[in-house]
Amino acid sequence: MGLEFLLGVGVVTALNTVLALLLVLAERFLADYGPCTLALNGEKKITVAGGRDLLATLKDQGVFIPSACGGRGSCGLCKVTVLNGGAPLATELPWLKPDEIARHIRLACQVRVKHDLSLQLPPQWLEIRQYRTTVSSLRDLTHDIKEVRLRLVDPPEIEFKAGQFIQFEVPPYERSDETVYRAYSIASPPSAKNEIELEIRYVPNGICTTYVHRHLRLGDPVTINGPYGDFTLRPGEREIIAIAGGSGMAPLKSILLDMAEKEIARRIRYFFGARALRDLFLLEEMKTLEQRIPGFEFIPALSKPDPMDAWNGETGLVTDVAARYLPDASEAEAYLCGSSFLIQAAIKMLTSKGMPRERIYFDDFG
Amino acid sequence: MIAAFSSWFALFFSAVFTQNILLTNYLGMCPFLGASRELKTSFGLGAAVVLVMTFTTPLNWLLYHSILLPLGLEYLALIAFISLIAAFTQLTELVIMRVSDSLHAALGIFLPLITVNCAILGASLFMVARRYSFLQTTAYGLGGGLGWMLALLAMAGIRQRIAKNRLPRGLEGAGIALIIAGIMAMAFTAFTGMATPA
Repeated sequence: MGLEFLLGVGVVTALNTVLALLLVLAERFLADYGPCTLALNGEKKITVAGGRDLLATLKDQGVFIPSACGGRGSCGLCKVTVLNGGAPLATELPWLKPDEIARHIRLACQVRVKHDLSLQLPPQWLEIRQYRTTVSSLRDLTHDIKEVRLRLVDPPEIEFKAGQFIQFEVPPYERSDETVYRAYSIASPPSAKNEIELEIRYVPNGICTTYVHRHLRLGDPVTINGPYGDFTLRPGEREIIAIAGGSGMAPLKSILLDMAEKEIARRIRYFFGARALRDLFLLEEMKTLEQRIPGFEFIPALSKPDPMDAWNGETGLVTDVAARYLPDASEAEAYLCGSSFLIQAAIKMLTSKGMPRERIYFDDFG
Repeated sequence: MIAAFSSWFALFFSAVFTQNILLTNYLGMCPFLGASRELKTSFGLGAAVVLVMTFTTPLNWLLYHSILLPLGLEYLALIAFISLIAAFTQLTELVIMRVSDSLHAALGIFLPLITVNCAILGASLFMVARRYSFLQTTAYGLGGGLGWMLALLAMAGIRQRIAKNRLPRGLEGAGIALIIAGIMAMAFTAFTGMATPA
């Protein structure tokens, strides 16, 4: 009886082993389509091992396409444009409208990667990711602005454009019982892919700012996601007027560092507004940038300098100071970053100097 | 020789018509109801079933008679047959995908769907229960597959015709399909008078 039992187990095991081996060999030799290149939106190119379906292949590359059924062709969510993927299969037809078929839309789970494919998907799907990081440095820039550097752990690198922002995940703590997200611009240049820098200003009773200023310690884990936003430098030759206040410094610093690295020599005047000297920061960095970017000039303005400051720079509201420098702004373009109040005042001033509204780009922190 | 051939033919004929595995045993119902809305889809699915049944039934015969029976392990037939069918469909899909894109689009994509088709497993279990020889099994596998495909195509044709007809709400979809299947089954038994296996 025992022997017969063992024999049965042995035969089934042997049979399944042989079949599995056959399949492994077939996968190895028949389903090996070699390296294939996926061109995403005509710019990003990734090389993958061919043979599997597109949904799973992209997921392994960290490109997440919405899907509810896990790739069985039964939810119809994983729609992507495959420019050279051929006609949709019968299994996809129930999910595709005639105009979608005409636009080469396919279900990613039904497309086999057998050769190079040219794909189009919403750009935000490509770039948005969640990153686990650890705090690698904390520094007080002023009495209420902290510079936070986050070293990326997983994934170890982030791709972004200068001027974009990320969302900072604040876990539940004594001030909030749920996970909340707050957006902060990246202050470091895109070339620094494994560590990003944020400038976070303390807001009394703010959930995230309190967390960062009072609780965050060196080495703490922080989860972020991103990048987001289109507050990026437009190509061209136009003169640039930048106006910012407080932690509005961050995206402009990233843009300036990026320009310096890429040796983009454009005329830039950067008006930075603060109350008193103790609210000014990164003055040394700005001086260095003035040397690195030929056309760059940093103009800080204090609205309420302390008598002790011995300030001999510009005084007054930053927009008023900028107005004095700009007799005519009709040929320039502007980048604004700061409070809603600052942005509204700056738009009013710039348009009165002849700048068209559509050439004023801003990141509203309000 | 002629007698033997006519016996195979009779078996093949009965597998297609009088003993139609779908309409007399009601096996393979899920794809029969689920994929019979359109003739084109049904054709691909039907062809995939023909292919898999034609090959797996004789392969399972070999497995049963050369391994399981001599070792006294007949009771493992079910689990062994399932493994072989699953491996066969996966392997076939890989081959078809490699060989031809159009064949894969027309037929290959249905193979994963019929891995667990009970008509295919049923054919293997029946060939054991009915003590068919290897050649009879081959005829039976091919006939069974074709019979299943024929029933599916007939159903798809009828459903395409009635797609725009107004039906009582409770009968829409699977309800009317099952009624049609019942009438079709009765019609197929009419073939009994034409040929009966020995």
